[in-house]
Formats: sequence, C-alpha cells, structure tokens
Amino acid sequence: MCALPVKFEPSIPVAQYDKELLKKFYRVMVTIRTFEETVESHFLAGDIPGFVHLYIGEEAIATGVMSNLTSADYIESTHRGHGHTIAKGADLKRMMAEIFGRSTGYCKGKGGSMHIADFSAGMLGANGIVGGGYTLAVGAALAAKMRGEDRVSTVFFGDGASNRGTFHEALNMAAVWKLPAFFVCEMNQWASTTPYRTATSVEDIADRAQGYGIPGYIVDGNDVFAVYECAQTAIADIRSGKGPALMECKTYRIKGHFVGDPEKYRTKEEVQKVYDENNPIDRFVAKVLEAKALTRADLDTIKAEARSAVDEAVEFAQSSPEPDPAALYEDLYV
Amino acid sequence: MRTITFSQATQEAMIEEMERDPSVFVMGEDIARQGGIFGQFKELPGRFGTDRVRDTPITETAIVGAAVGAALAGMRPVADMHFADFMLVCGDEIFNQMAKVHYMFGGQKTVPMVLRAPDGLTNQAAAQHSQSMEGFFCHIPGLKVVAPSNPADAKGLLKSAIRDDNPVIYFEHKALFGTKGEVPDGEYFTPIGKAAVVDEGKDVTMVSWSNCLRTVCQTVVKMAAAEGISIELIDLRTLSPIDDVTILESVTKTSRLCIVHEAVEQGGLGGEVAAIVAEKGIDLLDAPILRFGAPFTPVPFARPLEQAYRLSPEKILDGLKGLF
Repeated sequence: MCALPVKFEPSIPVAQYDKELLKKFYRVMVTIRTFEETVESHFLAGDIPGFVHLYIGEEAIATGVMSNLTSADYIESTHRGHGHTIAKGADLKRMMAEIFGRSTGYCKGKGGSMHIADFSAGMLGANGIVGGGYTLAVGAALAAKMRGEDRVSTVFFGDGASNRGTFHEALNMAAVWKLPAFFVCEMNQWASTTPYRTATSVEDIADRAQGYGIPGYIVDGNDVFAVYECAQTAIADIRSGKGPALMECKTYRIKGHFVGDPEKYRTKEEVQKVYDENNPIDRFVAKVLEAKALTRADLDTIKAEARSAVDEAVEFAQSSPEPDPAALYEDLYV
Repeated sequence: MRTITFSQATQEAMIEEMERDPSVFVMGEDIARQGGIFGQFKELPGRFGTDRVRDTPITETAIVGAAVGAALAGMRPVADMHFADFMLVCGDEIFNQMAKVHYMFGGQKTVPMVLRAPDGLTNQAAAQHSQSMEGFFCHIPGLKVVAPSNPADAKGLLKSAIRDDNPVIYFEHKALFGTKGEVPDGEYFTPIGKAAVVDEGKDVTMVSWSNCLRTVCQTVVKMAAAEGISIELIDLRTLSPIDDVTILESVTKTSRLCIVHEAVEQGGLGGEVAAIVAEKGIDLLDAPILRFGAPFTPVPFARPLEQAYRLSPEKILDGLKGLF
C-alpha cells in the first residue's frame, strides 16, 4: 500500500526555467483571468444566458497541469471548466461563442458554459454533473491502455465532488487496472455554499489515495511552479505504466459558486484577503521578476495580447448568429 | 438456416463483430471467468483474451462511465449490466452522459456503445432482479433501445447495435437465453427501428416484444384463433425509435389494437404505442385500445404472488372478445 500523501514542494529555481515556458505559464494564466473577468461582466450585463461558473483564482492549476500534457492527452473537465479548456489549447472564439449561445460555438450553441468540449484538443468535455467526469476519464485511459497509446487521461474535480460515489468507483477501477489516469483535485474550500470542513471526513483529500493503493500528492495550487513540477513527477510515473495518481491542489474559489451568487456564506474580507495575498498570477509575477527571468515588458506584452485575444473572441461571439430553431433536432442521432 | 439458442446467437454476434473490429470489446461483472451469469459470454474469453473480455469490479457506475469514455476515445465498447435492474445504479452515466454527450457537444463526437441488459421475470428472482424497465430509457432522447424476442433477431440486432454510432440499450430477457430458434447462415443484420409482423391476421393488431411476445402473446394468438379471432402479431423489436409505420399499417387492416408488455402497465411503453395510434389513426379504430402490462407493484417473490403478477393469456383473450 502507498504511504501518506507527499507534501510536494517545488525545487527547480525559477531562473533555471526555460523562458518560453515561463511566458507560456503567464500567457495561459492571464488569458484565463481575462477571459473569466470578461465573461463575468457580459453575464452581469445580460449578454450571456444560463449558468456561468468562474475559474478566477485557480488558474495556476490548469496551467501547471496542462503544461505537462499534449493534445494527444485527454482531459475531463467540470462545470467550472473554462480554465481547463483554455489551458488545453481550445480556441477562445469558439469558446466565447458557445458561452454566448451562438451557432459558431464549439457545440453550435447546444451546450453553453457548462458543456464545452474540444475533441480536437483532447478536451473530452466539461460536465454539468459534479463528479460526472471521473469514470469517463477512466474509460478514455482504458482505451489508451488497450491500444498501447502514450496518452494520459486527466480528470479535474473539486473538493465537493470528492464526496461523490463516482470518485471511489473511478479510483478503484483505475488503480486495479493500472490505467494512465491522473486525478487532479482543485481543493477550493467551497462546495457551492458548503465549507469543506463541514462536508468532508478528512483534512486532506489526497489522504484518500492510500485507500486505492496509489500515490497521493498535496501541492500549493496557487503556485504554478509547484503544480507544474508535481504534475510532471506524477505524469512521468503514469506515462511509464505505474498506474494512476491523485494530486490535491490547495486553492481558493475567489468568485461565488456561480455568477450572481449572493455569497452569504462567507465574508467579503475573507475573499479579499486571499485575492490580495495568495493570487496565483501576482505570485508568479513577483517570482519571475525577482529572479529576473522575465521583464515587466515581457509580461505587459503578453497581457496585452491576452486582452486583445479575448476582445476578439467577444466580437466574434457577438457578431455570430444564434442557432436556427431548425437545428433543434440536429445532432441527436447520427 | 440453423437452430441455435438465443444465448448462442448473441455470442455469434459478439464473435463476428470482435473479429472484424479490434475496437470492439466487452466489459462487465463475471463475464470472463464465469462466462456471464447466463453463459452468454462463455466462448469469448478463450477467443479474445481477458483484455477484450474484461471482468470488472462490482461497479456499474464505472462500467457505464468508462464505456462512455472509451467510446469518446475511439473504442466501441459493449458493457454488460449483469441484471437490467442494476442500470438504476448508474442512472447519471446512462441518462446524463451516454445519452447526451453527442447532442450537448454539438455532434462533435458520437458514443458508439452498447449496453446489454438482461431483464424480465425468471425463477422467482423478486423485486430487484426481475424488472422490465424499457420505459425509462425510451423516454430519453439520444438513446436507442432494442429488445429481441428470438435468436435470429438477437444476433441481427446485436450486430446492428454494435455497428451503430449511437448508444444502444439492448434488453435481452433472461428467460430467452435458453430458447432455440432458426438463425440464418452467413452475415445478416436486423435493422434498428423496424418492427416485424410475426403472424399475419385480420381482426386485431397485437403489439408486443421480448419474451412476453414469445410466451404470452403466442399463446393468446392460438387461443384466439380457436375462438375465430385472427390476430396480427407485431414484434416491435426496436422500442426507441418506434416503428409507427408498421403499427399503423396493421391497424389500417385490423381496426383494433391491443398492446401487451411484461413491464408495469402504468407509465409503460404501451401507453406510447396507444398514443401514436390515437393521435395518428383514431379514425382507423373500431374499438377502444386495449393495454396489458404488469400490475402496479414491485415484482413479488413467492410463487402464487409472482403467478398473480404475471400476465394472464386468459385475461387478455377475455379483453379481446370484448372488442367485437
């Protein structure tokens, strides 16, 4: 059996990181942040229908994990899935169009924010059912193993979803069949309105890895370097055929469960403190500037590019047509 | 033509499709070591190995979810549910994932998988091992549902289901596995979405499917013939989508409709068949529509109780006589 989870600390000095990789970290994180802030403002303005769940504050996790994956690798995402989708390489325009309910979206306007998929990027879909993605990711891992392909299947889930029965069934199946599956917990402290400690029986969700005889890792989810290095270690083992691993990333859900959540269950001060003191993007910027690995000008350029890419995505979405009602019956059966 | 069992027929379908296409595999509880609780997989592990004929943990949720995921990753999984009753354990995976992925992702990826579900009354198996639950699944857009009543269709429909790019639920009645029937030589397919006229008749159209057609309805056809009533018996075979053309053509001829199914009558698929004829062919009818299904109780255990639960050919015959 495996021991207690490893409390993983990053060890590579920032100055030794490849500059292009550092730029990529920043580009992905700041693109996610800009995308999400833009979605929020358009939702509040009434431009976007349905439910929207934002990934703000958790950007380092998608970025750190996905920087270890290729488009051949699979991911299963969640209702809070925009960040994963962007980090996996999806097109911002088609994502935004989907969120706006336009026919040019990834799902032709049939899915919306909670159901974006990009199979060409190995993004097998966000899931509106909390805990719905685990077993699908296990199946994709099974397919990869049966065909002898070098693919890792990663499923993202929150602390709330770790209490679903699907968590147990998926971990057990992946472990007993030694599948190339990576379970990434985004421990953001809140299951909708319910605080983690009142709903979960263990201090660390990674403790549960022991129950399935697989490695567990605990990592600072707001430190992209920690997430990247931990995921690199875990994924290398998974790729080499050692079976699945579970990585718990400690983070915090800066925004409400959904846009419009009155958030009566916590104080504004609590949220502001995390935003000010433990913001993954600010922490990254401080580190790279201190190490002189990137310049302020590098960062400003990337940020401006992200801004214009997101603006173009909004323009694309808003200028795209809504689906024709006749499309209602399309894509039901082949 | 050869005479083989229903179980052998399903096995032939599996063998032919697994030999043809390496992406077809099957997983479920007790299918490799045991060969399936009804022996319906026994020849497969020896031919294809336990990688492609895969024993799973007792984990219906992960079986169906993993089949969906494997299908999204390009495989063509066949998942066995052991007993159809256990499909309710994995409701989310069937109703919200398997059925919806293709539509809600805008047709980006199909879900070419088959869920095999042994259903129905057998051996006093009581409330949680005896149900006929097709009605639930026919209510969900995105799924196809089939239920063969004989070995020829068992093979032909299973081959069609495996080749279909949509998710298909394949109900196979437990009491049918040991039954024998003629099966064509060579490769053939039974089309999904097409009913079959089993017995031609002129007085009443009787719509049924699965084991209930083979046992109860065939008995009623003989009893009715002795009373001078000629029944046109339709085997629906595919329960979703329903072949309303064949039903309406028959009712055009007979002007009377009787629906018989083993599932609970209330909320059962018989209501849908009745509604189709009422909506599209009320003028064709000379008598009220008759509908027979199980009583509104769970399946009981003890022999007299289970006997009372089962459909009675005599009762159906009495109903038919009242139509004239």
